Amino acid sequence: MQEIRNYTMNFGPQHPAAHGVLRLVLEMDGETVVRADPHVGLLHRGTEKLAESKPFNQSIGYMDRLDYVSMMCNEHAYVRAIETLLGIEAPERAQYIRTMFDEITRILNHLMWIGSNALDLGAMAVFLYAFREREELMDVYEAVSGARMHATYYRPGGVYRDLPERMSQYRESPWHKGKDLKRLNSWREGSMLDFIEAFANDFPSKVDEYEELLTNNRIWKQRTVGIGVISPEMAQAWGLTGVMLRGSGIEWDLRKKQPYAKYAEMDFDIPVASGGDCYDRYLVRVEEMRQSNRIIQQCVKWLKANPGPVMVQNFKVAPPKREEMKEDMEALIHHFKLFTEGYGVPAGETYAAVEAPKGEFGCYLVSDGANKPFRVHLRAPGFAHLSSMDAFVRGHMLADVVAMIGTYDLVFGEVDR
Amino acid sequence: MTDTPTNSLAERLSARFGDTLKISVVRREVTAEVAADDLLAVATALRDEAPFRFGVPIDVCGIDYLGYGQTEWDTETVSGTGFSRGVEGEAVGRFTWADRPRPEGQKRRFASVVHLLSLENNQRLRLHVFCEDDTLPMVPSLTGIWPGVNWFERESFDLFGIVYAGHPDLRRILTDYGFVGHPFRKDFPLIGNVEVRYDPEQKRVVYEPVSIEPRVLVPRVIRDDADLLQAKAEAADNWRNN
Repeated sequence: MQEIRNYTMNFGPQHPAAHGVLRLVLEMDGETVVRADPHVGLLHRGTEKLAESKPFNQSIGYMDRLDYVSMMCNEHAYVRAIETLLGIEAPERAQYIRTMFDEITRILNHLMWIGSNALDLGAMAVFLYAFREREELMDVYEAVSGARMHATYYRPGGVYRDLPERMSQYRESPWHKGKDLKRLNSWREGSMLDFIEAFANDFPSKVDEYEELLTNNRIWKQRTVGIGVISPEMAQAWGLTGVMLRGSGIEWDLRKKQPYAKYAEMDFDIPVASGGDCYDRYLVRVEEMRQSNRIIQQCVKWLKANPGPVMVQNFKVAPPKREEMKEDMEALIHHFKLFTEGYGVPAGETYAAVEAPKGEFGCYLVSDGANKPFRVHLRAPGFAHLSSMDAFVRGHMLADVVAMIGTYDLVFGEVDR
Repeated sequence: MTDTPTNSLAERLSARFGDTLKISVVRREVTAEVAADDLLAVATALRDEAPFRFGVPIDVCGIDYLGYGQTEWDTETVSGTGFSRGVEGEAVGRFTWADRPRPEGQKRRFASVVHLLSLENNQRLRLHVFCEDDTLPMVPSLTGIWPGVNWFERESFDLFGIVYAGHPDLRRILTDYGFVGHPFRKDFPLIGNVEVRYDPEQKRVVYEPVSIEPRVLVPRVIRDDADLLQAKAEAADNWRNN
């Protein structure tokens, strides 16, 4: 008789389904997982320590690089923490812009998630569909900040600049020409808000397309239904937030429960599922895309009707206009001080959290009154989620580990920081 | 926003725990300082008792108070030679391992900061646990109360060297295998101690002492709050109508 014993297996760090650089040491009994030990930190850059060595504003760009598929939400937590300590509040228009871009970011994130998760579980087509819409939203990012991904658009006291009057258009090229070019540019004739409006009107039908591919797909359901079931009690004890919590039947969303920016004025629903398995979390995320779309539509409507400042008029925190600098001594001094030294933040500590697409993204900021933070700690949802991996994959098959990594919606930029 | 106002959380805390907690409420955020010896009893009560019900461990992180409030640029007085250049000091990024600041006199450098969230009562709480001993900072582990703090405590141990007594698996988590030191301590150089490269002759990755120089472009400055207050007044006056 053959002797059977457990063996350990290395999953990653270079594995297409590891979503970056996750090294997972799995103890296997045949094809069943007995113990999972994730080794993280391969992408550790010491963001928090770097932030301590720089003036406050210079670290906004680092926040984009944490969870690099939901960039502006990370910035939002960081600038909110600074604003709390400074005791300033962004103008109303800036708050609406932030709300809108948080939701655009949520759609971006969920599109990335649905594409890559489906790809991990063997459905190739969804990825191609999702990236079609992602491209449009990336163009919005680019139009507003100049960068497709790492926007650095939010600032303590508002946003960097107002929304552009024109949307960028495709130029004629061997790949885009004739009728094709006309179709691509048909939404892009007007301002950026017109483009977002056209996108938002069309987007629900696109979500229908993804659902068509997956929701009743037999293989998709076989891979996700009943996999990685998380009870509401366990979800709380493990510090899970966001969809991981809502998928287990707990109606908890910071946008509703502890509203920030303009979420209190928005009309939207929190999707909740009761089963707590991977399929339920899929359904919640898909519905969240539709709800985000609703919020975007409301923001566009408000922003079109209400022009105004997007930055506080406090020149100790926000730079003066470029033209003013040319003529006004005071403005020149403010500009010089702001860009060489930054601004001091009153001593104190605060914790600011936002409902990022992956869960609660928080920023714990300690200031001793200097122009640099004394300590920044970033509470990444993915870090807490991945820590519960061992508890929830035990007893599952190896292939289900992939489904589980997918459902956690991990991005190692934020796990490793 | 919350069904129960935040200050009543502070009241409920002081009614239940008395002198065990040092409570402060700033900007509607409740912070409680608790001694390491009392932590486990307090945390268990916070999780289980009805007025608190902090079921979700949001975060645990370390903090090193070495050099808190220190500035590199004296702007109080102008000397005969003018302002200092702001290039001296021991703040983050300024020093190598050999010239690292040697802390003397500062007591209670390390603290472990716990953030808790109650879904039922929609309230948050921050706990500060100071480590009494600076050479071997130690606090009890909360893993027995909330399993979710496991990795956060590992992270804090890795980066600050705070030992969580009773933790089932206190390994390093974010730093490299075989890393030496606790990089987020204020006396650990920003540039690190070693750098890594692939050596084609030895056909393996080798570790060498860092070759880069520490460099900081912006000095650390603490100014009076008056500056900010004045700016606020100016903004309120709307002295520049744009």
